[in-house]
Amino acid sequence: MRFALKQHSVLPGFGITLGYTLLYLSLIVLIPLAALMARSASMPIGQFWDTVTDPRVLAAYRLTFGASLIGAAINAVFGFIVAWSLVRYRFPGRKLLDSLVDLPFALPTAVSGIALTAIFAKTGWLGQYLYPLGIESAFSPLGVTIALTFIGLPLVVRTLQPALEELDAEVEEAAASLGANRWQTFWRIIVPTVLPALITGFALAFARALGEYGSVVFISGNKPLQTEIASLMIIMKLDQYDYAEATAIAVVMLLASFAILLSINVFQWWVGQGRLQRAA
Amino acid sequence: MSIIVEHVSKTFGTYRALDDVSLTVNDGELVALLGPSGSGKTTLLRIIAGLEIPDEVESSAIYFHGEDVARRQVGERQVGFVFQHYALFKHLSVFENIAFGLRVRPRHLRPTKQQIHDKVTELLRLIQLEGLGRRYPSQLSGGQRQRVALARALAIEPKVLLLDEPFGALDAKVRQGLRNWLRRLHEELHVTSILVTHDQEEALEVADRVVVMNQAKIEQVGTPAEVFHHPASEFVIDFLGNVNVFHGRIEQGKAVLSGLAVGDRAARSASKNAAASETRQGHLYVRPHELEIERYLNGSPAIPALVSRINPAGAFAKIALTTNEGGDIQVDLPLERYEQLGLQTGETVFVSAKKARVFTPDYVI
Repeated sequence: MRFALKQHSVLPGFGITLGYTLLYLSLIVLIPLAALMARSASMPIGQFWDTVTDPRVLAAYRLTFGASLIGAAINAVFGFIVAWSLVRYRFPGRKLLDSLVDLPFALPTAVSGIALTAIFAKTGWLGQYLYPLGIESAFSPLGVTIALTFIGLPLVVRTLQPALEELDAEVEEAAASLGANRWQTFWRIIVPTVLPALITGFALAFARALGEYGSVVFISGNKPLQTEIASLMIIMKLDQYDYAEATAIAVVMLLASFAILLSINVFQWWVGQGRLQRAA
Repeated sequence: MSIIVEHVSKTFGTYRALDDVSLTVNDGELVALLGPSGSGKTTLLRIIAGLEIPDEVESSAIYFHGEDVARRQVGERQVGFVFQHYALFKHLSVFENIAFGLRVRPRHLRPTKQQIHDKVTELLRLIQLEGLGRRYPSQLSGGQRQRVALARALAIEPKVLLLDEPFGALDAKVRQGLRNWLRRLHEELHVTSILVTHDQEEALEVADRVVVMNQAKIEQVGTPAEVFHHPASEFVIDFLGNVNVFHGRIEQGKAVLSGLAVGDRAARSASKNAAASETRQGHLYVRPHELEIERYLNGSPAIPALVSRINPAGAFAKIALTTNEGGDIQVDLPLERYEQLGLQTGETVFVSAKKARVFTPDYVI
């Protein structure tokens, strides 16, 4: 087997690079995760079940996954528009705008959390106009969604940009010459072509939001059963030196995240490769 | 559907891609735009398609069948456009690619599902890809892809078919096959077609008429035979196949070029515009197959040259010779003539011209 692989490969170093990859992934990802599993496995199944079905924890799960999904979905739409205008149009200040996109990444999350809270709180720049309209933009599930949208934006934009740059102008011209209007060209040609990249961007933004802590805890207000996120529940258990319960919550998070990301990947594979499958 | 282009210019920044070009294409004709890259041929094609907007000039106009279409969008012109790199929709099957133009029509003009199915099936038969409708473009060869692109363009029943170097990305064998197929297809459908190519062989073989372009202008328009045998300029003769160039002067209505005095007829036509007594600089153009090789001087004007290389593989024996001044001469001899002469490399022979064209620059040295 090894011999065969060696023969087919032009570049040397297959063995050593794969070995390094496995070692690295084990040290950085797999062993900590295994420790997590082992830790939670040390507690009786009844206690595990009680911990993860506690109404407070369940509410936190609902908020975390719900707000992350909504945030990723918002980013998929508006991130697409941002990426589109950065790739398609040449305007003064484009480079500046382009570097602004990375800011949510560069800022320490606690800083962005405080900044967002300052803006969206009742007395904040935007909050003072939103609250009279009955929109509670901070210390609410909406606030959590705002924070999770903020941190996910660069992921969608940066994943879509190369895909949009690769779009062949001739393909759009072909669609136009066949009588398609701009709307039809967009929906029937452009969107399906960049859909795999869009799904990847969505998945990354979603995954990032699931694990987010720093920027959320300020704007959420952390009201039990209402605006607590799963990461906060874990921190709280840790503060009480309740490591077993903390890992129990984490394991459920981990399994759920893995299941969702896996199904997104399967969907993406189906979008990309499925075409060939269906044709065969 | 006839196409008339009048006084069209196009500039990109400071670069002039088309300079006051006018062209008429008759109904049902297949015209080839031939020229080197940068000659403006693709720009002209894209302007006719509506993919490029010509410069605002008072007298400029584009007529399709007498109707001014200069202000119309590409989608409203009913043109079928075939791109060099196919521009197929990768995420759609062959069937859906061909059906695209029908499916995007406004509801009241859209054919029924059954009609679309019948139309696409018919087109698949026409491009000889029956049964491959469910494949995706990535599963097809280059030649097959270009045929799909052609079928997709034909599906909207275009009034004009525009092909931008359609066979440029294919290998020689496939190209030859598709060329013949395109010619047959054109005879079957009789859609007014314009083909852009930089391959002179392709243009001469496929087109009813050839438009030779150079440096943003049209050099000559004519049937393949006209442009090949009666080139209007030095550029045309040079571009359409191999040619030997001799430098010299024209004296008193007679060309004297590198010692190779040429028949009076060619020289007379060249000096028609000049006073017979004038001495002018001139270039003599002779195609390789129009030169003759003799072992001995037989009274007709000829120049001595050394045989440097012989390549007898092909319909002609290709002989490369070197003159005393160091100039290269290319001669194509019929094989039987070559065998009769029994030429060897290294021997000195005499080269004479059976036929030649003289061009004189407009200025006098």
